Amino acid sequence: MAEASETVSVLDEHGAFRPSPAAEQYADRALALTLDERVGFLRDMVRTRAFDVGAANLQRQGHLALWVPSYGQEAAQVGSARATRPQDSVFPAYREHAVGMIRGLDPIEIIRMYRGTVHGAWDPAANGNFHQYCLVIGSQTLHATGYAMGVQFDGTTATGDPERDEAVIVYFGDGATSQGDSNEALVFAASYQTPQVFFIQNNHWAISVPVERQSRVPLAQRATGFGLPGVRLDGNDVLASYAVTAALLDDARAGRGPALIEALTYRIGGHSSSDDPTKYRTQEELEWWSGRDPLLRLRRHLEGEGVGAEVFESIDAEGADLAADVRRRTIEMPDPPMSEMFEFVYTDPHPVTEAQHAWLRDYEASYGSEQ
Amino acid sequence: MVRALNAGLKKAMADDPKVLLMGEDVGTLGGVFRVTEGLKTEFGPKRVLDTPLAESGIVGTAIGLAMRGYRPICEIQFDGFIYPGFDQITSQLAKITNRHRGAQAMPVVIRVPYGGHIGAVEHHQESPETLFAHTAGLRVVSPSTPNDAYWMIQQAVASNDPVMFFEPKGRYWPKGEVDLDAPAVGLHDSRVVRAGTDATLIGYGPMVSVLLAAAGVAAEEGRSLEVVDVRSLSPVDWDPIVASVEKTGRAIVAHEASGFLGMGAEIAAQLTERAFYSLEAPVLRVTGFDIPFPAARLEKLHLPDADRVLEAVDRAFAY
Ligand SMILES: Cc1ncc(C[n+]2csc(CCOP(=O)(O)OP(=O)(O)O)c2C)c(N)n1
Ligand SMILES: [Mg+2]
Repeated sequence: MAEASETVSVLDEHGAFRPSPAAEQYADRALALTLDERVGFLRDMVRTRAFDVGAANLQRQGHLALWVPSYGQEAAQVGSARATRPQDSVFPAYREHAVGMIRGLDPIEIIRMYRGTVHGAWDPAANGNFHQYCLVIGSQTLHATGYAMGVQFDGTTATGDPERDEAVIVYFGDGATSQGDSNEALVFAASYQTPQVFFIQNNHWAISVPVERQSRVPLAQRATGFGLPGVRLDGNDVLASYAVTAALLDDARAGRGPALIEALTYRIGGHSSSDDPTKYRTQEELEWWSGRDPLLRLRRHLEGEGVGAEVFESIDAEGADLAADVRRRTIEMPDPPMSEMFEFVYTDPHPVTEAQHAWLRDYEASYGSEQ
Repeated sequence: MVRALNAGLKKAMADDPKVLLMGEDVGTLGGVFRVTEGLKTEFGPKRVLDTPLAESGIVGTAIGLAMRGYRPICEIQFDGFIYPGFDQITSQLAKITNRHRGAQAMPVVIRVPYGGHIGAVEHHQESPETLFAHTAGLRVVSPSTPNDAYWMIQQAVASNDPVMFFEPKGRYWPKGEVDLDAPAVGLHDSRVVRAGTDATLIGYGPMVSVLLAAAGVAAEEGRSLEVVDVRSLSPVDWDPIVASVEKTGRAIVAHEASGFLGMGAEIAAQLTERAFYSLEAPVLRVTGFDIPFPAARLEKLHLPDADRVLEAVDRAFAY
C-alpha cells in the first residue's frame, strides 16, 4: 500500500488545515473556498446523511425494495460533486446520493427507483446531466467514456473558456475496478484523450470482499499503466476531494486529457439493506472508521473557523426536514399503472408490446380491475 | 451485397452528420470484409473510428455516444466475437430507453457478419441471432439480397431503437440488382419472394437463396413451393407468413442456427396458434444441429441445403 505521504489530504483528522505533502499543487483550491462554501459542503453532507438514514428506515419498514447507503462516503461525494460545473455530465454507480442532490436531482427520484416503482426515474437532461444509476458493476464507465468522446467530437470542450468547456465524471467502486468494462473504459479514454475524470470511491469493500482481493497495488497507481495521471486522496476529507477533482476536471476541460482519482473512504453502513457486515468485518475496523466520520471532521474544521452552534443546529434541522419530507412523499407514492411496463420498451411503435399491453388491459378488465 | 451495404452506409452517413461508424479495422482497412471501404477517406476519422480491440468497449461507448445525440453504427468483426459485448447489448443497450421511461432513445445499429459458408476456423461462422431476438428492447433484422441490404441498413440507422443487423456473410459476394429509388418494403416487413401453392418455405438471411433453390428443384418435380423471407426476426411480421400458410397448409422453417429454441421453434409455435385449422401437417424445422459450429471440413453436413429442405417437404407431404 502507498505511504500516507502520497495521499492528498487538506484537513487533518481534527479538522485543522494541514495539507499533506502530496497536496501541494491542490491546496490553493481548498484555500480559495469561502467559509460560506465550506458551510455549504457541511449542509450537503448533513442533508445526504439524513436522507440516507431516513431511507434505510423506510426500507426496514417495508416501503422500499432495497436501500444502498451512502453513510460514511459523503465527503468523497460532496467534494467531487461540488467541483463539477453546470455544463458537466455525471455518470454515477448506485450510491452517489449526495452527487445527485448537488446536481439538482430531487432525492425522491432515487427513492422511486429503490422502492421498485420504476427502474430509473429521471431524465438526466432535466436533472443537471446526472445520469441514471447503473446496477451492473462497471458498465457506466463505458457510457461515460463514449459520452465524453461525443463531447470531444462536438467541440464543446478545450475551447479555452472554462465557463463553457464540458467535462465528464464517472463514479465507480473499488470492486468495479476489476471489471473488464472499467478497464476498457480506461483504454478508450486514454486512446481518445477524453475530457473525463474517473472517480473511484475505494470504500474498502465490495460487499464482503476486501479491496486487497481486487488489487495488489493502490488503485490510483493503476492509472499509470493506462497512460493517465492517478491521484489518491483522503476521501473523508471533503476539501481534498473538492480540490483534486476541481483541478483534474479543469485539466480535462482544457484538453489535457482524462485522469483517475482514488478516494480512500469507508462504507460505514452495510453494503445494502440486505447485507450483514458483521459476517465479514470486525467491530474494531468499524469503530476506527466511525472515528474518522467525514461529517465530524468538517464540523470540527468549521468550529475552528468560528462557525457558531446555531449554524449547525439549523443545518441539522434542514436535514431532518428533508428526511421527513421524503418520508411523507414515499409513503404517499402510488404504484405505477400497468402501462409503465409496456410503454417505454421501444421509442418507435412496436407491435408486440402494443398487443401484449392491450391483452393484459382486457384481461384485467375482465376481472373488473381498472388500469 | 458488400457493395450494397457500403453504398447504404455511405448514404446514411451523408444524410445525417450524427451517424458514426465504429469498430475494429473499419477505418483504414475498410473492415475485414471491406464493407466500410473508403468511408474513412470520405468522412474522416471522427466519423469512422478504428476503435481499440474490445467489443464491450465498442458497444458501451456507442451507448454513451448515443446519449450524446450521435447515431453510432458498430461493426462486430465476426459473429463469434459478439459475446464480450453481450452484456452491454442485453443489459444496457436493450434496456436504457425503458429505464429512462422513454426519455432516452437508443439509435445504435450493431452490424454482425454471421453464418457459415466461408470455411473459416472456430468462432468465425456462428448464428447467434436468437439470443438477441429473445431480448426485449432490441430489433433484429437480416437482409438476404443486395437490394434489401442497401435499404435495410439505412432503415436501421433511421430507427430510434437499437437494431441488431445480421449480415449473411456467405452472401457478401453474390451480386444483385439494387433499386436506388425507393425501398420495396419496410424494415420489419416479411415478404413472399416466390409464389407457390403447395407448401411454404420460411427463412431469412443466408437461408433464403437455399430455399429458392429448393423451390426451383421442386417445381421441376411438379411441386409448387412458396418462399417467405422473414427479414425481421424481432418483431416478426406475421401476416404474410400466416397468409401463405393458410393458403398452402404446410410450412417448413429453415435456419443455420441450432434448432433447439431457435427462430424455427417460435415460428412453428406461432403458426400453430394462428393457422391451426389450415395446417395439413406439423410445421417442420430444418436447422443446424445442436452442436458447436463444426470445423470447416464438416460444415457442409451441418448447414441446411436444398436437399435437406426438400427432404422435409417430402415429410410434410407424408401427413
Ligand atoms: C456485474 C455485476 N456483478 C455483480 C453484482 C452484484 N454486486 C452489486 S454491488 C457489488 C459490489 C460492488 O463493489 P464496489 O465496486 O466496491 O462498490 P460499492 O458497492 O462498495 O460502492 C456486487 C458484487 C453486480 N451488481 N453487477
Ligand atoms: Mg467498494
